[in-house]
Amino acid sequence: MSPIIKKASLFKKILYRQAGVIPIVEILLLILLIIIPFFVGDFLTIIITRMLILALLAISFELCWGYSGIMTFGQGLFFGMGGYAVALFANKADFVQLWGVIPIGLIVGMCASFLIAWLLLLGKRPPELIFIALGTLTFSYAAERLVAGWYWVGGGNGMSIFEYLRIGSFEVEPGRLFYYIVATILLLVYLTSRFLVRSQFGLVLAGARQNEKRLAFLGYKVQKFKAIVFCFAGAIAGLGGGLYAHHEGFIGPGNVGIGISTMAVLYALFGGAGSLIGPIIGVLAIESISFTLSDIDAVRGYWPIILGVILLVVVTFKQDGLLGFVVTQRERIGSFGILKATESKPSETSQHLKNEKNDSPS
Amino acid sequence: MIPLLEAKHISKYFGVLKALDGVSISVQENTFHGLIGPNGSGKSTLLKVIAGDHYPDEGNLTFNGNDVTNHTPELRAQNGLNLKFQITAIFPELSVYDNILLSLQSSESFWNLVLSNSRASLHDRIMDTLERFKLVDRAGSLASELSHGLQQWLEIAMAVIRKPKLLLLDEPTGGMSPEERRATGELLLPIKKDCTLIIVEHDLEWIKDICDNLTVLDQGKVLDDGTVKHIESSQKVKEVYTSRV
Repeated sequence: MSPIIKKASLFKKILYRQAGVIPIVEILLLILLIIIPFFVGDFLTIIITRMLILALLAISFELCWGYSGIMTFGQGLFFGMGGYAVALFANKADFVQLWGVIPIGLIVGMCASFLIAWLLLLGKRPPELIFIALGTLTFSYAAERLVAGWYWVGGGNGMSIFEYLRIGSFEVEPGRLFYYIVATILLLVYLTSRFLVRSQFGLVLAGARQNEKRLAFLGYKVQKFKAIVFCFAGAIAGLGGGLYAHHEGFIGPGNVGIGISTMAVLYALFGGAGSLIGPIIGVLAIESISFTLSDIDAVRGYWPIILGVILLVVVTFKQDGLLGFVVTQRERIGSFGILKATESKPSETSQHLKNEKNDSPS
Repeated sequence: MIPLLEAKHISKYFGVLKALDGVSISVQENTFHGLIGPNGSGKSTLLKVIAGDHYPDEGNLTFNGNDVTNHTPELRAQNGLNLKFQITAIFPELSVYDNILLSLQSSESFWNLVLSNSRASLHDRIMDTLERFKLVDRAGSLASELSHGLQQWLEIAMAVIRKPKLLLLDEPTGGMSPEERRATGELLLPIKKDCTLIIVEHDLEWIKDICDNLTVLDQGKVLDDGTVKHIESSQKVKEVYTSRV
């Protein structure tokens, strides 16, 4: 087989593998995202909006764990800090403009995550996985205790936001418009994250997840790469927290600490770690099950137990999560970088071969 | 002539065990240098000290004219010093192509990586290397799906494609069949004009065929060193090898 044919067959293999189930799931969810408010009432639209906000939290965890191998229990902390920051702006400065809420959430989340990355990730020696997990867990716990005991931020009662989010002088009440704002933000975050993890930068993260030491021997400053993705994920969590506080009109200690950080882990594991769409499915599934079970009179008293058992069964027996039922491990891994025009594509190579054949004397 | 690598009086302790005891070696540019010795003689430890996986307790290390004794592995790698591990250290959940790409793109800037700007320019080099190491048909396969021998070749390919000044190979033919060992030697010989090699290997016949110089270690010390011919005729080496190997 000539080298050109070999290259062509290689790229066919790679391209066929890229065109798998994940894009279909993504398109189906996108369609659902666009049309669903037209088929459900305002109440359910508000519930689904909350799920989409939590999906931002799930994506932020997934970027750390599923793509970079950083086991973090700190995403709830960044989420909560984003929420508290916008609540403080709303209550102390009467500032509730959407154009400000988004950057406040992003910046607070990023700064908080940078501080933790600096303390936990950027030390002289590469930290162990368990050190990061316990370190972030401790920070989350400490933050929860701190806000619960700090009167200025509402103490154990948390902070309510009495004004609606605004675009100029227009008030955005929780409902269809709020839904589409959140859906657009989620879509942008998803596409940006997708671009990042499928880029050559994403390849470095995949390497860090699998063999950090080997990557260092290739010349990469692994901890810096991890710190960058940790801050990016922290910013997303902070943004989610900011939107959450305005959507719910409330932020409290329960939205900062270990509980919500653990939920982020469960969303990813339940939906399927190692893909960005998996954690979103995890959020939709877990929150839908919770909502449905809590509404059934017969199980109202003990629905959390049922939910706990479902989570245990899936996480224990289906380690690649719900997405694992339809997506292979190979597709999840995918390939990295962008096929540029200068690279030989199968079709071009085939054409070139045909031309060569026609030109050559037989 | 200034050697590319010079290790002077290197000692390394693991608790009370003295794995290296005042080892000194000197490696000239564009030569293949073999490290041999019985099990536990300190060959792999010396290689790890050179690569930066372990830091020496005593002695110093000069590479390309610079003291690199306290340099981190990534800094050494950036300066052209690469290691192939004894136990195959590839990225099992990446395709063969992406393993090579990951190795090659390490000097790219942050934005080039984020925007995937360099993949197209690196593509031809990757494909050429895959062909040279007979991996082109498996480029899309996961690295974990390769046979042990091909995994070893993949790791060597990952190191060679970076055109390092000094390549450290820790038992590159470990677990290979005689045919694969021969083929590995053939793959390595052409890189001599661009690269210097230090090889740790148990297969004496194989290492004699491809190396210019040998250092024999025994119990953490240099027993003898010199050309292959010199080592072959060394009485000290014969005694160690006939008594323990």
